Amino acid sequence: MSVAANHRYRKFKNGLMNTLAIVCALLVISPLGFILFYLIRQGASSINWAFFTNLPAPVGQVGGGMANAIVGTIELLLLASTVGVPIGVLGGIYLSEYGGERMNDWIRFWADVLNGIPSIVWGIVAYALIVLPKLPGFSAYAGGLALGFMMIPLVLRTTEEVLVLVPRSYREAALALGLPQWKAITRIVLPTALKGIITGVLLAMARVAGETAPLLFTAFGNSYWNRSLSQPVAALPLQIFNYAISPYDDWHRQAWAGALVLVGLIFCLSLSVRFLSREKR
Amino acid sequence: MSTTVASVSAPAELERGSRLGNRIFYLLCLAAALSIGVLLVLVAYQLYEGSHLAMKQFGWSFLVHSTWDPVNEEFGALPFIFGTFVTSAIALLIAVPLSVGTAIYLTDLAPLWLRQPLVSVIEMLASVPSVIWGLWAVFVLIPWLRVGLFPLLQKWLGFLPFFRGPIYGIGILTAGIIVAIMILPIVTSVSREVLRSVPNLQREAAYGLGATRWEVTRIAVLSYARRGIFGAAVLGLGRALGETMAVTMVIGNNPEIARSLFAPGSTLASVIANEFTEANSNMHLSVLFELGLVLLGLTIIINIVAQFMIRAISSPETRRA
Repeated sequence: MSVAANHRYRKFKNGLMNTLAIVCALLVISPLGFILFYLIRQGASSINWAFFTNLPAPVGQVGGGMANAIVGTIELLLLASTVGVPIGVLGGIYLSEYGGERMNDWIRFWADVLNGIPSIVWGIVAYALIVLPKLPGFSAYAGGLALGFMMIPLVLRTTEEVLVLVPRSYREAALALGLPQWKAITRIVLPTALKGIITGVLLAMARVAGETAPLLFTAFGNSYWNRSLSQPVAALPLQIFNYAISPYDDWHRQAWAGALVLVGLIFCLSLSVRFLSREKR
Repeated sequence: MSTTVASVSAPAELERGSRLGNRIFYLLCLAAALSIGVLLVLVAYQLYEGSHLAMKQFGWSFLVHSTWDPVNEEFGALPFIFGTFVTSAIALLIAVPLSVGTAIYLTDLAPLWLRQPLVSVIEMLASVPSVIWGLWAVFVLIPWLRVGLFPLLQKWLGFLPFFRGPIYGIGILTAGIIVAIMILPIVTSVSREVLRSVPNLQREAAYGLGATRWEVTRIAVLSYARRGIFGAAVLGLGRALGETMAVTMVIGNNPEIARSLFAPGSTLASVIANEFTEANSNMHLSVLFELGLVLLGLTIIINIVAQFMIRAISSPETRRA
């Protein structure tokens, strides 16, 4: 091959590969376009006031809603946060303020491994801990616990990441003024990093809000209002799943509407995160 | 050291109080950090405990038997292990090349103003819940696959045994495709991190020798980042193994080992999702716990491998050690 031909060949290959990379990027982001398009096309028409205020209607009746599922999802998220946030934040504090390098490396490592455990496994664990021994059986508690377990490693990692950004001099100044270390951490370091910590918590909530698998045999679902946290509770993802696999067109429409609301909720959580973290910089 | 300064002026009680406070707070934090280990042990113990009955009855042969008959209490895990690995393999085959291509585009090719928006789009993609992918697959993707892609695949590749047989739309290949879509974001973002950690000096050296952009990517970037990208793929595999809802909705839930990729199948996660609430014998429940234990073991091992590979590559100079 002559020098010129070789050069042309290399140029050609370069162009080809660059184009391929662009095609890859387009293919990777295209599913998001597809899913948003269909969610809005199929779901928007079924969203009305009744959807947010009514209980699910039996097949054939119009005007059903998912009010109980929306409230149920919020209940479950709050329960999950009461498990995941304190443990996650305190653990994050340990990593940034106390732990030695070796210990920290191990904890980070295993937290990441925990993150990779399939969500359905957490459902089984909550089932074994709460449902099986009837304490109190299928309930909001069981669902919240399953989601809470999933939040712990997420919150822990993000809390540590924002705490190490707090300048060392803040801590030194607080200690020099005679504050005991735990007060220096809770009064000075935590408030400084509060926005970042909230960001992490919201991200973790967004991540577990759409989880269905761990709720199947813990929260269980409910077509009525949940009167007590020790009763089964409806959740948006569960309701979407049950409606999607049902044979009724009416319920399919409701499933699309529910999916649109759920994605809206998750995007809102993630967007508020973006807002919070942008303001900080 | 703060306490020694304070003790000059403060009464001894106050000092003791703050010492106690320090102690309690420290222990709380330590307990929270150790909860990671506790959780891991708890998960393993609960699943092991729950599957006790099944282990006693079937022993190791459970893993290689392929009969699944809850009515006659005959159980074997092989169809689910098979289904899990085949769907994950399909997902990786589709997702890894696309993700690496996208990561290359994002780190070396895309105009600077476009990079951040693209990363945000990929993050949004990652936040779409599994059940919604399932819903979309059932009503949009499957009808299209059934009349569009699958007949074409059968026409072109029908000489291969696994592209033969009737096309239902639901099935193992469909599950693989939807799992591929779901692991694209994580494989892309980890690959991107890995590529970004390649020192610019590497690229500059290659450019300096007169390499084209692609040659720089191939010679200087990809060969340097190979291990990390492999780690990203392994991490994707870990996610793929455990995908539950979307798979349950599209795979057809048939506990058999089929030769055709168009045939319905079942995975470890999908059979647990399907049968857990319906299991009315203790043995059936215990067997499902054991499937969960198998799934847990697989994902933990895969994730450990992935973490080691990613950690080894990601910016060794910034890592504190």
